[in-house]
Amino acid sequence: MQSEWKFTSKDIAEKPDLFMSGHRACAGCGATTVLRLLMKATRGPTIVTTATGCMQIVSSMYPYTSWAVPWVHTAFENVAANAAGIEAAIKIMKKKGRVKHSHVDVIAIAGDGGTYDIGLQALSGAMERGHDFLFVLYDNEAYMNTGIQRSGGTPLGAATTTSPAGTVVPGKLETKKPITEIMAAHEIPYVATASPYYWRDLIIKTRRGLEVEGPAFLHVFAPCPRGWRTDTAKSMELAKLAVETCVFPLWECINGEYQLSAPSKAIALSPEKKKPVREYLQLQGRFRHLFTPKFEKLIDEIQKITDQRWQRLLKKCGVSASKT
Amino acid sequence: MKNVIKQKVVALNGNEAVAYAVKQSDVDVVAAYPITPQTIIVERFSEYVANGEVETAFVCTESEHSAMTACLTAALTGARTFTATASAGLALMHEMLFVTAGCRAPVVMAVANRALSAPLNIHGDQSDAMAQRDSGWIQLYVENAQEVYDTVIQAFKIAENPNVLLPAMVCFDGFIVSHSLENVNVLPDDAVKAFLGMRQFPTVLTHDGVKAPFRLDPEHPMTLGPAAFPNYYFEIKRQQVEALKNALSVIRQVHDEYAELSGRSYGNGLIEAYRLEDAEVATVCLGSTAGTTKIVVDELREEGVKAGLLRIRTFRPLPVDDIRRALQDVKAVAVLDKCISFGGFGGPVFHEVRHVLYDLDKRPVLVNYIYGLGGRDVPPWQIRQVYEDLKGILKEEKVKEPVNYLGLRE
Ligand SMILES: Cc1ncc(C[n+]2csc(CCOP(=O)(O)OP(=O)(O)O)c2C)c(N)n1
Ligand code: SF4
Ligand SMILES: [Mg+2]
Repeated sequence: MQSEWKFTSKDIAEKPDLFMSGHRACAGCGATTVLRLLMKATRGPTIVTTATGCMQIVSSMYPYTSWAVPWVHTAFENVAANAAGIEAAIKIMKKKGRVKHSHVDVIAIAGDGGTYDIGLQALSGAMERGHDFLFVLYDNEAYMNTGIQRSGGTPLGAATTTSPAGTVVPGKLETKKPITEIMAAHEIPYVATASPYYWRDLIIKTRRGLEVEGPAFLHVFAPCPRGWRTDTAKSMELAKLAVETCVFPLWECINGEYQLSAPSKAIALSPEKKKPVREYLQLQGRFRHLFTPKFEKLIDEIQKITDQRWQRLLKKCGVSASKT
Repeated sequence: MKNVIKQKVVALNGNEAVAYAVKQSDVDVVAAYPITPQTIIVERFSEYVANGEVETAFVCTESEHSAMTACLTAALTGARTFTATASAGLALMHEMLFVTAGCRAPVVMAVANRALSAPLNIHGDQSDAMAQRDSGWIQLYVENAQEVYDTVIQAFKIAENPNVLLPAMVCFDGFIVSHSLENVNVLPDDAVKAFLGMRQFPTVLTHDGVKAPFRLDPEHPMTLGPAAFPNYYFEIKRQQVEALKNALSVIRQVHDEYAELSGRSYGNGLIEAYRLEDAEVATVCLGSTAGTTKIVVDELREEGVKAGLLRIRTFRPLPVDDIRRALQDVKAVAVLDKCISFGGFGGPVFHEVRHVLYDLDKRPVLVNYIYGLGGRDVPPWQIRQVYEDLKGILKEEKVKEPVNYLGLRE
């Protein structure tokens, strides 16, 4: 089931952008890079639907649009149901001879709020029903569109406007919900994580998600300089560090089989390459309070949880849990 | 009616009549979620799917919110779509009802009217649909299973008319209509198919500067459901007002066309005036109560009372001129509301009727009766009491209490 599709950098450069420039995202926005790469992986007629959130707002301000494909937004919590309706309509109208194309791909895009939290019910339902579409979660780890509020995807210790770092509370007290594993537990044919720094990997995984028959879920890391209080030039560096620290490992779960993707596999094979989370945290304003004597211990806690999750993943991927 | 087509009589309850009409309407996508008293619709339709009697994608969603959403996007993709709900289900759809109308998606929905919690109550009243009256949907309130059948078919043609392109709900009283078995005349399958034809699409200008049918189609990319801020939002909403206004004539037109085919009509499609020509006292109501009231009116007429009834069939868009014309010469009118507008001055139908009559130089005295909440039965003698009250008002030339509760222990 691995994609046979091969492409060169030239192919990608020459393919016209289906997510076009002129959108209103902040400088250095990781999510828009994700969308641009995503749309480089399309294989034919494609319909995209996006949940309310940054990527919807910045790309569809009437009378302008960044979408060169048919695109629709309806609300925040229901993008998987949007996809279900589109997919069902295309399928039946094709059967009745009212759709010319032999196949139309459907991509649903949502932020972490539209996936981990308010969108989870519609997502779980659509996955269980087996609709043939690719759900892409661009994870900027908070509700950015409404001004940086915490979500189920916000990591432990991150300061947001609803989990602020105060004098007694060190930002968010809860850990990031393991959403990708939750989706894998739906036993859908394709689940994967990706990071825009590893852009080839992201493009290939997008294509696999499209090629697979049935639901596919792609969880993409999306640095947000505005919400993370980071340098706008550092988004791709953060997208790399998140993988190198195993804060956001790259893996696939194909028909129930977990496997590490190359960048994370390299770390599994050479554990000395694994960087401490501190290197990742210290670049970000949302973790600034952790670098004060009062809350410093939380960094160790974050390291511990990161290591535990990494070990668990290695086990799932059948890599012997060596001293990593 | 000379060319009335030969029809079959089938014993169906209101819900089954809906399912039968949907089966004949060549619907592409049905997305729905069960709730009493509507569930039979979804169940019957599932059977049609299971037996290969329909070419429909049936999406059994995990909630009404997703059911409405899937219908919306399926409709935007070009499909003829249908769903059904009631009460809590309709309330859960609330957000998406506005989006569906705003996106101009001609979804058709059957609503088996049921009370809203709390306390929980599965029986019929119109609080659920009335709470959605400003959502931008067409709302048709029907009297019995036969009208349910006829109106569901008409609703597709009304909603999909390119000058309308708005969603439509067909509302009927839970249990009283949804679960009562009636002899229903049904049209032959091909007659329904020919009546409805294929879905129509208006032509719009895409951002690429080409003219294309309004739908999600890889052939002609379009951005639907965009963000529109203060510089555009208002005009887009104004267009919706115009489309709903257009629906007034389209509802009549489709109703008349259907009447010619079937031999059945319901007033002029917007309102049904029953013995109103010379009426001095009249009631106004929606839905199945009209059936009971017609019997009471007939009795009163035999006793020499100049009684009449106005049934509002189309509540959204409100047929303002028709209501004015029907009621302007009546002396005293009682508006029956199967819904409360908490904190307001009477029920929602009372608000509307009183409000449209205000501009007339000569207008009837108006009183309001809230009745039947949570499915409480309203027997003919209570309706008769309303007419007696109206007679009393005329005699004493005085309204004691403008807002009353019918059949309530106080
Ligand atoms: C039902 C509903 N509740 C709340 C909102 C307000 N709202 C809009 S976008 C958003 C957050 C989006 O967060 P996320 O999904 O993470 O996307 P991001 O903006 O971060 O890209 C919220 C809370 C809404 N539009 N609808
Ligand atoms: S707030 Fe963050 S996610 Fe939203 S547009 Fe700006 S950088 Fe991108
Ligand atoms: Mg977010």
